[in-house]
Amino acid sequence: MDMSAVPVARLRGAVKRYGALTAVNGLDLALHRGELLALLGPNGAGKSSAIGLLLGLHRPDAGDVELFGLDPQRIEARRWIGVMLQSATLPPTLRVRELLRLTASYYAHPRVLQESAELAAVEDLLDRPYGKLSGGQQRRVQFALALCGRPQLLFLDEPTVGLDIEARQALWAAIRRLVGEGCSVLLTTHYLEEAEALADRVCVMTHGRAIHEGTVDELRARVGVKRIRCISTLLPETVAAWPEVAEVRVEGGRLQLTTAEAEVVVLRLLQNDAWLRELEVQRAGLAEAFTELTRDAEASSSDQREAA
Amino acid sequence: MNTLSLDPTAGNDAMPAGRVLGAYLAEARSECLRYLRAPGFMLPITLFPGMFYLVFGVLMARGEGTDAARYLLASYATFGVMSPGLFGFGVSLALERDGGLLTLKRALPMPPGAYLLGKMLMAMGAAAFVVLLLLGLSQIAHVSLSLAQAAALLATGVLGVLPFCALGMFIGTLVKGQGGPGVLNLVYLPMAFLSGLWFPLPMLPKVLQQLAPVWPSYHLDRLALAAVGMGHDALAGHVLVLLGFTVAFVLLAARRLRRYG
Repeated sequence: MDMSAVPVARLRGAVKRYGALTAVNGLDLALHRGELLALLGPNGAGKSSAIGLLLGLHRPDAGDVELFGLDPQRIEARRWIGVMLQSATLPPTLRVRELLRLTASYYAHPRVLQESAELAAVEDLLDRPYGKLSGGQQRRVQFALALCGRPQLLFLDEPTVGLDIEARQALWAAIRRLVGEGCSVLLTTHYLEEAEALADRVCVMTHGRAIHEGTVDELRARVGVKRIRCISTLLPETVAAWPEVAEVRVEGGRLQLTTAEAEVVVLRLLQNDAWLRELEVQRAGLAEAFTELTRDAEASSSDQREAA
Repeated sequence: MNTLSLDPTAGNDAMPAGRVLGAYLAEARSECLRYLRAPGFMLPITLFPGMFYLVFGVLMARGEGTDAARYLLASYATFGVMSPGLFGFGVSLALERDGGLLTLKRALPMPPGAYLLGKMLMAMGAAAFVVLLLLGLSQIAHVSLSLAQAAALLATGVLGVLPFCALGMFIGTLVKGQGGPGVLNLVYLPMAFLSGLWFPLPMLPKVLQQLAPVWPSYHLDRLALAAVGMGHDALAGHVLVLLGFTVAFVLLAARRLRRYG
């Protein structure tokens, strides 16, 4: 059997309801070895519920959940994972060294303490009580706890919330290093630049479903919108009347256009304005792509409601 | 096991039994350490029974001979043993369900039950400490105890904490966060009073005397009295009641934990 073909984590048609609320609604997700998948989506999209299913914290109401081909409620499956949850209040009177030792004791082949501490940059905090650390330091300790068991799969739920830029960059570097060693990572984040910097693939969720799955570039391409900026003598109203132009704004004396057909619009601009300066064409950022995708999903789901 | 061969690093995947045992020990060690370092926990559970016994059992009972001091040694030992069970389990479970620590532990490959077992050992240790403290104080009042009697009282305390661990655990699954201590005191203090731990039962109204066997602390008090040589009841009945009480509340708590986390 080819081990690399077996996903390290998989959801198939997973459904999870809390009373009347359907948090996960037929979600399919597969995470492969050595891959970093970012789960994106607005609050309440079902990201944390999906992770809860994969960690075996909840049982799905329908569908399959597998961790290394096993039921995640089995401890043998979970011995291969490391976990950093969005919020966890660890015992404040225990020292960082003691927390690391305790967590490492759950695993068959943990890292040595010094290695975990180095990877998460907490060497200087080892003898301090957890409760005396700053929010950012506590986050780094939680990261150290996640990786101390030498996991094959890391769950990182909003790992860089509350970190300053430097600490965030250091954490990203550590995550890249782990992925380089063959560790898979499932990351949820609110920061799109984080997904952009780290992810091989992104999965965008709304209303408990995946509405897009692919590389970061594919996500941008799928939206296909481009932004044109220039200094022009043309009136904004004139440009807005062109059929290819979706939106016109004037910002700091510059014309800012949004269009799906950048080439046509650029040609027209040059033909109509001999004094055109500082022309820039940009693919829309992940943030715009993301906003557009989720807006489409909102619209289509409200259409469905109206139709029903 | 067949399924294990599906694992990505098949071959070196099994957790050796020694490491599993190590995980249990590490968990128990952490539980003990974190409470030893938390004065908010250790002070009330040792101070109150110790102070009460010193005032009512040692200083004020001087004129009444050592029998009063002996009687109150059993009562305050029972009173002192209840709190590490109730508070050690109840308060921490209520807080840790709220703060996400329990969720994290459930997601991690912590061996099953290590979390509760660790807390249990911590509560037993704290109970032993309280009983030893009271035994020490009883010597000021010249209560003469044989070594066997002292050991029996210690054993009664260390095992007698378990029904209160179970009750504390159940209450910890009902309340969340900071509400824990208040609710637990509402259970702890009236129960201690109604079981005759503060005033001997014969001094209480008849109705309350008849109601006393409802409370687990009443039964533990009977066992503690017997341990210091003042009991006249058959012990097996009290032991059975406490055992049943423990099992019932562990099952109730386990059911709630499984359902609601």
